[in-house]
This record gives sequence, C-alpha cells and structure tokens, in this order.
Amino acid sequence: MFEPVLTKYVNEPGGHTLDFYVQHGGYQALKTALGMTPEAIVDTVKKSGLRGRGGAGFPTGLKWSFVPKDNPKPKYLCVNADESEPGTFKDHVLLERNPHLLFEGCVIACRAIGARTCYIYIRGEFYHLQKQMEAELAKARQAGYVGKNILGSGEDCDIWIHRGAGAYEAGEETALIESLEGKRAQPRLKPPFPAVVGLYGCPTVVNNVETICNVPLIIEKGHEWFAGIGPDKNTGPKLFCVSGHVKKPGVYEAPMDTTLRQLIYDYAGGIRGDRQLKAVIPGGSSTPVLMPDKLDTHLSFDGMVAAGSMLGSAAIIVMDETTSMVWVAKNLTHFYKHESCGKCTPCREGVDWLYKILDKIERGDGEPRDVELLLSVCDNIGGKTLCPFGDAEIAPVLSTIQHFRGEYETYIRTGESPVQSDFRAAEPVSAH
Amino acid sequence: MSFHPQMPYGEGWHKSERFIPEAGADFAFTPEHRAQLEELCTHYPPERRKSAVISALYMVQAQQGHITGNAMRHVAEVIGCTPADVEDVVTYYVMFFTKPVGTYVLQVCRTLSCALNGAEKVTAELCKHLHVKPNETTADGMFTVMEFECLGACDRAPVIMVNNEHWAECQGPGDVATLVDGLRAKGLASLNGCHLVKERA
Repeated sequence: MFEPVLTKYVNEPGGHTLDFYVQHGGYQALKTALGMTPEAIVDTVKKSGLRGRGGAGFPTGLKWSFVPKDNPKPKYLCVNADESEPGTFKDHVLLERNPHLLFEGCVIACRAIGARTCYIYIRGEFYHLQKQMEAELAKARQAGYVGKNILGSGEDCDIWIHRGAGAYEAGEETALIESLEGKRAQPRLKPPFPAVVGLYGCPTVVNNVETICNVPLIIEKGHEWFAGIGPDKNTGPKLFCVSGHVKKPGVYEAPMDTTLRQLIYDYAGGIRGDRQLKAVIPGGSSTPVLMPDKLDTHLSFDGMVAAGSMLGSAAIIVMDETTSMVWVAKNLTHFYKHESCGKCTPCREGVDWLYKILDKIERGDGEPRDVELLLSVCDNIGGKTLCPFGDAEIAPVLSTIQHFRGEYETYIRTGESPVQSDFRAAEPVSAH
Repeated sequence: MSFHPQMPYGEGWHKSERFIPEAGADFAFTPEHRAQLEELCTHYPPERRKSAVISALYMVQAQQGHITGNAMRHVAEVIGCTPADVEDVVTYYVMFFTKPVGTYVLQVCRTLSCALNGAEKVTAELCKHLHVKPNETTADGMFTVMEFECLGACDRAPVIMVNNEHWAECQGPGDVATLVDGLRAKGLASLNGCHLVKERA
C-alpha cells in the first residue's frame, strides 16, 4: 500500500502540535521557499502537476499565475475549509490532525502570489477544530513561522481563521468570498474571476485545504517526486473518504491510479455484512452514481470522467443491495433543496419541485408521468445557473433514473419501495 | 405563470415566507464580548468591519441563546452596517437560532452517509425518548431536537451536533438514552467529542 505523506502522522498522539511537527521536519519547506523567488515557487508547483483538490481539479500553479503582478491592491489567499459536500470529510482530518502543514502551505502560497493576508474560511460546524487550530496558530506566530518578518526574512504573512455559519454554497469560491465579506454566501457572476477581482475587490486565490497541504511537500521533496506519483496529469498523493456501507469507513491516502475496487475492498474492508454492492457515488453527492461494473476504474480526475462520473472531492459513498435508490435521490435532493442559496430561479424553484415529486413517489402517490417529469425539470435546471450547484443537484436524480429506472417505475406502480432498507426508521420523522 | 409548463401549482406546491425574528428584550454586548469583537475586527481591513458580522451573531447567541430583532439592531450599530444587512445574514445561515431553543440543541445529521447508517432511527428514538417532534423543545426547556444537513464526519456516522459547537459521534439508536442522561447529569463534558486518535487507538 502507498506510504502516506499528508496523513503520515495523523494517528500519532500529539501529532497536531507545533513541537511534534517541527521535530518531524516541519517548516523546513518554508525555509526553502523563503530563499526562492515567488516565480520559482509558482513554477515548481506548475511542474508538479498539482490539481486543485476541492472538486474541479484545476491546475493550482496556473491558478496562482493568474494573479496580476502589477495590480497595486493587496492580494489575498483564502483557504476553503468549508468542507460540506455530503460524503466528504478529508479536510476535517488535516484540520484536526495536521494544522501546521496547512499553515506552512498558506505562508508559502502567500509568498508565491504576493499576498500578506490569508483567511482560512472554516465551516461553522467545525468550531471544535477551530479552537485547537487557533491555539496552534498562536504558537506558530510566537515561533516566527507566521506573522511579521517570518524567520527574519522580512516577509509578512498573517493567517486568520474565519468561521462560517452553515451554508454548503459557501464552498463555491465566489460565494465564499461574499460570505467572508459578511454577506449571504451567494455566487458572483464570473468573469471577472477572483484572481483579478476577489475579496474586497482585490486579487484573490481560493484553494482547498488539501491543495494547500500539498504545497510544502512539493517544495520539500521536489516537483519530480510529486509528479512521479500516480498517473499522468493526475499526480501526487490524494485523500479519499470512504463512507456508507463499508466495514472500515475513513480517510485513505493513495495515488490516483488506485481503483475503486481496491479502495472499497482493500482499504475500507469491503461491504458491511458481506452484502452485494449496489452502487457507488465516487466523488461526493454531486457526482453521478456508478454501477459495480466500473469498479476497476482509476480514481483519477480523468478516469472518473471516462467512467461517466467525476472525482469531485473524492468522497466515495458505498451503497449495498438493501438501499432504495429512489430514497437516495430524495435524501440528496432534500440536502440540495435545503442548501440552494436562492439566487438563480431554476435551482431555487427546480430543486423544490424535484423534492416534492420524489416525496410524492416515496409516499406511494407517484403517477406514471413522474419519471419523465423529473427528467424534464432536471433539463430545465442543468447548465442554467450561475454556479455549478444546479448541475450538482440534478446529478443524483438523473443518474439514479439512468441506472435504476425500473426501481422508480415499480415504486410508482405498486406504491411501495421494491427495496426494504433495515437502516430506515419505521415511520418518517422528518420535519422537512 | 409557471417556470415549468407541467408543474402543478396547487396549494402547498409553492410557498415562500419571510420570517422576522421577534424584537425581544433590549440587547447590548457584555464588555467582554464587545472587546472580543473589536479584537476580531482587527483581522480585517478597517473599512471592512462587516466581515465580522457572523462572529458578532455567534456572540449574541452565546449571550442570550438565540437572535432577536433588538440584538440584530445592536449588531448593525456596532459593526457599522444596516439592520437589513444583518437580517440578511441571520436568515440565510443555518447555525443561527431565530427562536428560543433548549439548553441543549441536538442536531442529528440526516444526509446520506449518516442516513445509510441509521440516522433516521436515531432521530425517531430521540423524539420518542424526549416526547417531542423535530424542531420542538422539551417541556422542561432542556432539549431541542433538530435535523441537520451534512456535518462532514461521514466516517463517524451517525453524528449529532450539540449546541453548534460540540459533537457526539457514532450514535446508534441504542445510545440515545445514554447521551440524554449524560447531558442531564454532566452537561457538555459527557460528550465523546471529536478525537481521531482516541477512536483509532
């Protein structure tokens, strides 16, 4: 199995502390980076092939190079720690167990893009992590790794942790910026992109926690080392979260040429109760479900697209044979209905309708035309919203209909779920 | 007019409502909270104090349990924005309580990974045990039960968040009585928290 680097020390007692981090070679990459020019740092990250770990997989070095050098305004780095895609919990582990790797990455990234302030936007639900992170950040500041005149180099970089208050949409980069400015987390029209007009109207880079955590490793071990891990154009170590009906749910670090089968059966111990696998969501709730015949696909950005889905945030939700796919679509649509920011009509209205149709089917009141109606409503949402939320919310509905249309039709015809799930409550309790 | 020609527009299919929190008693931050807020404002450029509005609202909640109209007006005054700006934020984010809640707010994650691991049963058991429905508070004002969307700890499913700041993880329906009794007896100290090392050791 792959030797972890990002999560090497996560299970060590005290592994999150400054002393432990420094003793195990921490902040060495920062010293190296302080001796490099910003251009050299960007170039190294570009050569490593690092792609953003938040979902879209955009090349990180390229994103950094979009920040205009001649703009007199201050520049900002925002770290997206608003992890809230259902099934995703990889950043939680890094924030909880390896915060100094993140702080070190932040300072290096700030130097690369010419920023002197970094905000770590942490989701409100992670307050228990924030307290510990604040304490560690204070120690890093005290030791001269963060703040004014870092390690006597003349470089300044302040890191502040900004707490959100519960909004999935805040994970979208422009919505995150709006939220940081003290407003509703609603997306902005792009262009202009944040690299030119971002936080407070200034050039801003928004990166995911895992992306930033890779930066010190690239500086320390070299871009050749990073580029040598995993398949072409999908380089470096990757965190995968496996949850649902598996024996050992958790975060696993592996290169992106690992297959879905290896991750589910070797890393996560296989299906709970040794039941049959029914379907897998490979990259968080916004990615289309895959059938067991795709188990031998590589878990890379490109491999997942070829298989008809997306790697997204690499959040694998495993469902066994006892799972009703109509209920899965309803459960996830409830999430999207709850979290739609309301800015775009197709998303705001459409997802509400999707939920109501699915709820009607689930209650046994479905009509034969409902499947077509669901598809038609999805068609009126996809590609018609400012941000990718609209596409995300239709993925569970479209892909479950694509693969399990018979299940929908049986449910509508008989008024009962063809699949009995023992993890469901006898009576619905939801308050909607 | 319909956005989609085939969608029925009967009663209950489309409803929008605007919720305005009650005015409540007069509100002002304690000197400690006020000082804390001023320190937080220094994290942002001086003309961007509005960035601290979420933090200010958390402080209101810490001080009086939920957010009222008067508290929103005070926050607007202190931050230097309009009351409408504050209301915009309060009514958007899910972690602000706009109605009185119990001493302990138990929010059960209901999203897919937790649901696949029995979260519905946990909510049902909690409601049965405390004789409430979701979003209701027990008669003694001790507990409020709510459902919550993804908490981002799917490996420790099902997860319950208590008072927006504390977690109880891997809660099966059978653990509900222990959780409630523990909170009654020892308060928040009874929670298992979020300790990866402790769990995996």
